[in-house]
Amino acid sequence: MPFAHTVDRCTYRFADLKVLLAKASPLRSGDAMAGLAAQTEQERVAARMALAAVPLRHFLSEAVIPYEQDEVTRLIVDTHDLAAFAPVQHLTVGGFREWLLAYAQDAESLRSIAPGITPEMAAAVCKLMRNQDLVLVAQKCSVVTQYRNTLGLPGRMATRLQPNHPTDDLRGIFASVLDGLMYGSGDAVIGINPAGDNVPGTVRLLHALDEFRERHDIPVQTCVLTHVTNTIEAMRQGAPVDLVFQSIAGTEKANRSFGVDLALLAQAQAEALALARAPLRGQSGCDHVMYFETGQGSALSADAHQGVDQQTCEARAYAVARRFQPLLVNTVVGFIGPEYLFDGKQILRAGLEDHFCGKLLGLPMGCDVCYTNHAEADQDDMDTLLTMLAVAGVNFVMGVPGADDVMLNYQSTSFHDALYVREVLHRRRAPEFEQWLQRMGITDSTGRLVPGSRSGLWSRLGSELPHLSRPRGLA
Amino acid sequence: MVTTGQRTPAPVATSGPGLMMRGGLPVPRVGKLPAPKLSPAGELSTVEPDPWEDLRRYTPARIALGRAGASLPTAEVLDFQMAHAQARDAVHLALDFAALAGALRQAGFATAAVESLAATRQEYVRRPDLGRRLHPDCRATLAPALGDATSAQRLTLVVADGLSSRAAATHALPLLCALRSRLIAHAARWSIDTIILASQARVALADEVGALRKAEAVVILLGERPGLSSPDSLGLYMTYRPRPGLTDADRNCISNVRAAGLGYAEAALKLHFLLDAARAAGVSGTSVKDHTDQSADSLSALPGSDACDADR
Repeated sequence: MPFAHTVDRCTYRFADLKVLLAKASPLRSGDAMAGLAAQTEQERVAARMALAAVPLRHFLSEAVIPYEQDEVTRLIVDTHDLAAFAPVQHLTVGGFREWLLAYAQDAESLRSIAPGITPEMAAAVCKLMRNQDLVLVAQKCSVVTQYRNTLGLPGRMATRLQPNHPTDDLRGIFASVLDGLMYGSGDAVIGINPAGDNVPGTVRLLHALDEFRERHDIPVQTCVLTHVTNTIEAMRQGAPVDLVFQSIAGTEKANRSFGVDLALLAQAQAEALALARAPLRGQSGCDHVMYFETGQGSALSADAHQGVDQQTCEARAYAVARRFQPLLVNTVVGFIGPEYLFDGKQILRAGLEDHFCGKLLGLPMGCDVCYTNHAEADQDDMDTLLTMLAVAGVNFVMGVPGADDVMLNYQSTSFHDALYVREVLHRRRAPEFEQWLQRMGITDSTGRLVPGSRSGLWSRLGSELPHLSRPRGLA
Repeated sequence: MVTTGQRTPAPVATSGPGLMMRGGLPVPRVGKLPAPKLSPAGELSTVEPDPWEDLRRYTPARIALGRAGASLPTAEVLDFQMAHAQARDAVHLALDFAALAGALRQAGFATAAVESLAATRQEYVRRPDLGRRLHPDCRATLAPALGDATSAQRLTLVVADGLSSRAAATHALPLLCALRSRLIAHAARWSIDTIILASQARVALADEVGALRKAEAVVILLGERPGLSSPDSLGLYMTYRPRPGLTDADRNCISNVRAAGLGYAEAALKLHFLLDAARAAGVSGTSVKDHTDQSADSLSALPGSDACDADR
């Protein structure tokens, strides 16, 4: 359906909902490269004005990618919950923004409408919001998940310990694990991005992580972030899989370029649930065994965006995620590069948008606050995004030694960065992990680090490292 | 408050040579806690060091950095900034093509220069699609001369700035020399064509160049997306029977050519192997596997050797 808006006798026309959403999106290089961005600043605001007047109900009758062509669209339409939608079904997109910001809305009311909100509705209202709106509404949302600890509780922020090594050397990996634990990092997950992408390597790393966690009775989950098909094969070989990882996107075509579809993800989830490894359950009453990563621009980079702007594509990826009750969803915001998010300003905006949309749709959102060396961004930009996300109540961020991932060659947040958030915003770790750190003498009762030498842990863990060079089961 | 020097030295279980370099400074070998540090002004440090500094021998990751309160020590903040500055300069400083062309000619290579459609560095970074296409004015430069050798066996080599001018400036010439020596030594049936120097270029531009040169195979050498610890990493992408419109799946990649990565001779060996394998298969890309690694774990385990960079 075409849309139009007139300002000073100049009428801006938008061919359909997909075009309207794209033109209303804050400027970013990916949409410009795709030829979807507004041509002028005035056109962009005119698109927002037109979008503000669109009834939310309209989103139930016009799909941005046809139902017949895309299984993500079918998932969105077929699982839409009309009863949950009822409290907001009379609103326009502009009115929805005000409804979300109203004092009356709290964690409970926002949770109850989530199944009635489609990704496109979330993306649309997001485009009308300023950064502070994205923070304020996300901060009201609460999404709690559990595995060996409890993530997403109010006033808490967890970290994924990311101990990557250029050659997957076990001593190198565990040197970083030890460093992270001594800095109080790792409650979201200890998760390795493997340098090599194969089943034997995955199985080796899974065993090493699990044995380490068991030996020290650490209330965290572990993960090797390899392709879902590798993880399925690893499970069949009896490897200890806590979480199934997969990168996902917001169109069927983009997911196929990742080598996945909904059926494959469902199969992986079913096999992981059958392992029954999770000791705890979240507020939804189901086991959370999935870990997804997303990021704006992934559909475009696979030439699979189908004319949809990158922020709307990203929100659609969250429809895929919520189908599988994940423990963690991580938007890897600045990894993709400056042709999609050019500078610190665009990365900041995208990080806040993704967190907001994910939370609104009911997901346990974390964010890899990050940038590459060819983007116009630096540590100061990351400080800003990290601080705003922490205020917004982000469930978790990354913990990378010194913020420098020496395998993936990009900069993320460091162990120190999380400590900064704990100092200035008093965000605490997951309660079970907090208690473990105190028991081990790593932190004091306020959550602050005690000098490393006072904990015997580092020397105990350090003494294990030289023996890790030849892993179990490999001659 | 001074916190260092007041704690009990703890035993370290690891052994062996512990001296590693980080940021140009030797990391102290740790068997005991470091003594209280003095600043240049002679003041006692409030940095809380990490007693597991010894573990740095196992990883290039920035571990055991110590802290001031919850935050990084000043030296680590600045060390990081210098590494980032090196990577940024590698992206943004222009490659001195004239100097590179002079050095190549001195080494006995013929050269020719071309440009992509990306007019500026900023456009290059924002618009990968423009960096993949040859500027139309350059097509005439590339037409093979009359009476030029037959296109069979012609190996066209393209040197481009890519995302690290420093990588191309440092590694292109020695790598090309190593390749030439290897091809001569093995009496390889490959004839090295004029070296094409391409500015603001991405990988796919080489396919258009190779097609215009009527090359049997084309290889582009270009700077990879720089990391903090690898600002000068060179990548090689090979296409057999190059033509516009091919995808990443049609190319073979050799990554991480740099001082701390893959050496010139090793890279030349791999490339020679891939060229012959592609000729035998009649095609390059995912169906052609690099088997030079099978007896050398150290090579196969290098980052990027099996998964090349995405910034093509």
